[in-house]
Amino acid sequence: MKAKHQRLMLALAALVAIIGAGLLAVSALKDEAAYFYTPGDVKTKGVEPGKNIRLGGMVVKGSLKRAADGVTIRFDVTDGKATVPATFSGIAPDLFKEGSGVVAEGSFDPKGTFVATNLLAKHDERYMPRELEGMSYNESTHEMKAER
Amino acid sequence: MAIGKMPYWRSASRAATHAALMHRFANPARFLKIARPLTGWLFWPGLLLILIGSACGLFVTPADYLQGDTVRILYIHVPAAWLGMGGWSGIAIAALIQLVWRHPLAAIAGRAIAAPGALFTAICLMTGSIWGRPTWGTWWEWDGRMTSMLVLLFLYLGYIALANASARDGQGGVSNVTAIFGLVGAVNIPIINRSVVWWNSLHQGPSITLRGSSIDGSLLWPLGLTLLGFSLWFGAIVLMRMRAILAHNKVEARMQRLARG
Repeated sequence: MKAKHQRLMLALAALVAIIGAGLLAVSALKDEAAYFYTPGDVKTKGVEPGKNIRLGGMVVKGSLKRAADGVTIRFDVTDGKATVPATFSGIAPDLFKEGSGVVAEGSFDPKGTFVATNLLAKHDERYMPRELEGMSYNESTHEMKAER
Repeated sequence: MAIGKMPYWRSASRAATHAALMHRFANPARFLKIARPLTGWLFWPGLLLILIGSACGLFVTPADYLQGDTVRILYIHVPAAWLGMGGWSGIAIAALIQLVWRHPLAAIAGRAIAAPGALFTAICLMTGSIWGRPTWGTWWEWDGRMTSMLVLLFLYLGYIALANASARDGQGGVSNVTAIFGLVGAVNIPIINRSVVWWNSLHQGPSITLRGSSIDGSLLWPLGLTLLGFSLWFGAIVLMRMRAILAHNKVEARMQRLARG
């Protein structure tokens, strides 16, 4: 075997080993590296009240209500598997709205309502002009269709 | 170079036929003959494309339905992200060629790529931060995508520091240790790419995939211009830096000859 081929085999073996180690590390991290809990995670795993977490999901359409004090809002967060009620007092980002993504920082109170201390808006991967807003969108084919 | 030792490119041309084309360019004179005119051919069209793409992205395309005019930063952010990751892929390929085939230009290419790669990674992080404030409501969050991209910047800085610390006199290229570091660091590239799929994150999922694009065509086309433009520019910068390193080697060799008298 020529020295060059030896080096090639060595380099490829090392590369395979490194990628394998990387994948192992990443798969071990899988849950720990998640940026937020979804309502489904909260339901299956359980999060004790008072523990600081991030809760992420979609704001349920029609659930957003403003309290009489003018700064407190109530809304439901869902991931399709479970729905959790949440409250927040303060200024929400501009992109925070019903039917859109949200990441809330805070903790659950004993009654199971998520009390957020900070809200972040999460948008999806679609970008389009205003004229196309409201068209239905197929996530797997990226196709847009006019509704009706 | 020791007397009686044949230059690398002459001895190699006999031995290897399968890599004949690659070894042709081991001769710096031959490489420079192509690199010199190619630099201009990459630089000026690249600049033109960047200017046209940016102008169209700023003034021609419609605003996004959700984000409004904020979305226009994507014409810089996406090419910067692509080149930050592409740069390290280039470093890894150069490292493999350096370690296996002992190609002298590969070591020089690795060093030449590092600085613009780090620069574009930094631009990606900065534009992302500027974009995140009005859309997400935060300058920075430790989610998978942002953290792995920051790790890439640190990898670049580590690579540059290691290359400088272990440089061999008069060769200009990176040392083998640096090349190994470049190869190992490539693990981060698929992690960055998959970070928004594997873990739930604040950063949205991929818009452009093999199945198509979820960016509407009316917003998408200037991205093609800036993507190509910045890529050509990246190539031009790498060629300039490789030429500068080769010129420096030449000066170094001449100085050493003069010093010996």
